[in-house]
Amino acid sequence: MVSEITPDLVRHLGVLARIKLTDDEVSQLTGQLDAIVDNIAKVSEVATPDVAATSHPIPLSNVFRPDEVGQTLTPEQVLQNAPDAADGRFRVTAILGEEQ
Amino acid sequence: MSDIIRLTAAELGEKLAAGEISSVEATQAHLDRIAAVDGDVHAFLHVNEHALDAAREIDARRAAGEQFGPIAGVPLAIKDVLVTTDQPSTSGSKILEGYMSPFDATVVARSRAAGLIALGKTNMDEFAMGSSTEHSAYGPTRNPWDFDRIPGGSGGGSAAAVAAFEAPLALGSDTGGSIRQPAHVTGTVGIKPTYGGVSRYGAIALASSLDQVGPVTRTVLDAGLLHDVIGGHDPKDSTSLDEQWPSFAAAAREGASGQVLKGLKVGVIKELPDSGFQTGVAASFRESLALMEAQGAEIVEISAPHFEYGVAAYYLILPAEASSNLAKFDSVRFGLRVTPDGTPTVEDVMSATREAGFGPEVKRRIILGTYALSAGYYDAYYGSAQKVRTLIQRDFDAAFAQVDVIATPSAPTTAFKIGEKIDDPLQMYLNDLTTIPANLAGVPGISIPSGLAAEDGLPVGIQFLAPAREDARLYRVGAALEAALVDSWGAPLLDRAPVLEGGNR
Repeated sequence: MVSEITPDLVRHLGVLARIKLTDDEVSQLTGQLDAIVDNIAKVSEVATPDVAATSHPIPLSNVFRPDEVGQTLTPEQVLQNAPDAADGRFRVTAILGEEQ
Repeated sequence: MSDIIRLTAAELGEKLAAGEISSVEATQAHLDRIAAVDGDVHAFLHVNEHALDAAREIDARRAAGEQFGPIAGVPLAIKDVLVTTDQPSTSGSKILEGYMSPFDATVVARSRAAGLIALGKTNMDEFAMGSSTEHSAYGPTRNPWDFDRIPGGSGGGSAAAVAAFEAPLALGSDTGGSIRQPAHVTGTVGIKPTYGGVSRYGAIALASSLDQVGPVTRTVLDAGLLHDVIGGHDPKDSTSLDEQWPSFAAAAREGASGQVLKGLKVGVIKELPDSGFQTGVAASFRESLALMEAQGAEIVEISAPHFEYGVAAYYLILPAEASSNLAKFDSVRFGLRVTPDGTPTVEDVMSATREAGFGPEVKRRIILGTYALSAGYYDAYYGSAQKVRTLIQRDFDAAFAQVDVIATPSAPTTAFKIGEKIDDPLQMYLNDLTTIPANLAGVPGISIPSGLAAEDGLPVGIQFLAPAREDARLYRVGAALEAALVDSWGAPLLDRAPVLEGGNR
């Protein structure tokens, strides 16, 4: 597989990942990701259709706990690290911009 | 240098139990050592101002007749990836500067319950992404063997703390080698337990299917004593294995007798030839194998044809999981918030916060993970990497049908210079070549000091791997080789480390 890491793609990935990137960062990341992707693409050499995927190293199933109220945090504890809070809730800036 | 800080945790625990030393004395001795040398080493991000209070309490309870386990009153350094209620937890990142957790990680809570004294939080690569601790947002840790060199990573702080006698015990976390590779470059001991053997609750997640918490110490027995405290089932971690574990300290004591090497089959991987390692690393590895052979072990060549795909699979799975796990640092509930001028939306605030709060390696891996998971690439990258995981597990299964343990050098080179690989992420990633397969397969691994490389006089470690759930085997074999090596050297390897200036000899 030929990787197609372009500055536009990196900028788009930054938007998806919610990381504002400077032009310098975009150009540096483009080169680095291109080299990294070239190297890691080799996984497809041995990943043939007959091989099952492993998502978890030690298979477990149906991990439940009793349906009882456990230890919970108080509202004060939940909010103790909030950058901004009001009326027992997290406060943020507008969800929608003017163009939305 | 005070004698107290040279004691192993096992020895210190005995003296505490016998009343020869108080926990306050032991804790003060280590705080003094930190004050003397940590300006140079920079193993700690935070020194616990409550440590002496905790020590006083243990002393009082012991005086009142309370019975404790074998390492009660012994100081413990805690990697900053583990959350603590009495000290900040940053995971080495600016985005969490000053963060105070409302709860303790399970391993921290169990350590406190066993009477261990939380000494401070240790430095690490930001969110455990790195092999050198240079990616910490708070500056690098220096290797006590040579301050110009890296202490390994991501847990360079914990390894340097025990190597510099700032703490007898430390907690680490190992996602691709972050406990074992720092042990290798600092002449210390590190264990990555079987996945699920130690709770991940309260460990700030990097890659959830790979992360595992474990002990960082100077001896195999000390690691076993700490593992006995932190291990076992935890209902708060849904991947925690619900089963009984043997005493790992007992396994280490049994191993130290040396008898366990007789008839032990040790696998050596033919796809990892000596030519892939620094000369002195390969030579030290061969010396250890010869020593084990002389004590009755049988060295068997095995094949692990898919290990060469391990690094590639790892650098797809890890960024994919990390990009999801780190989405929670969004400026809403905790951590940094950067608000751009004007009337920014919450999305603008998130983007500006993550731009300012994450370092270059974290951004690189989040972007890489976002790419690997994006539509059109998912099957080719992430899907294929998960298949490689299956193939590596099969390699292990085939190997462990022939041998009891697998041995490898713990890393390709000795400690490299600070700054040497910082601008070349690919070279940095290759440091974890021998440690990554264990994380992909979930099996346990240990690194113990095997000697010094002739060409640079720096420490080298040997890694042993065992089947899942067979952690005790690693303690037996590790302690057996450790005993044979220390016997052949006449003293522990760390006795040959430079005496740090400021140490009050």
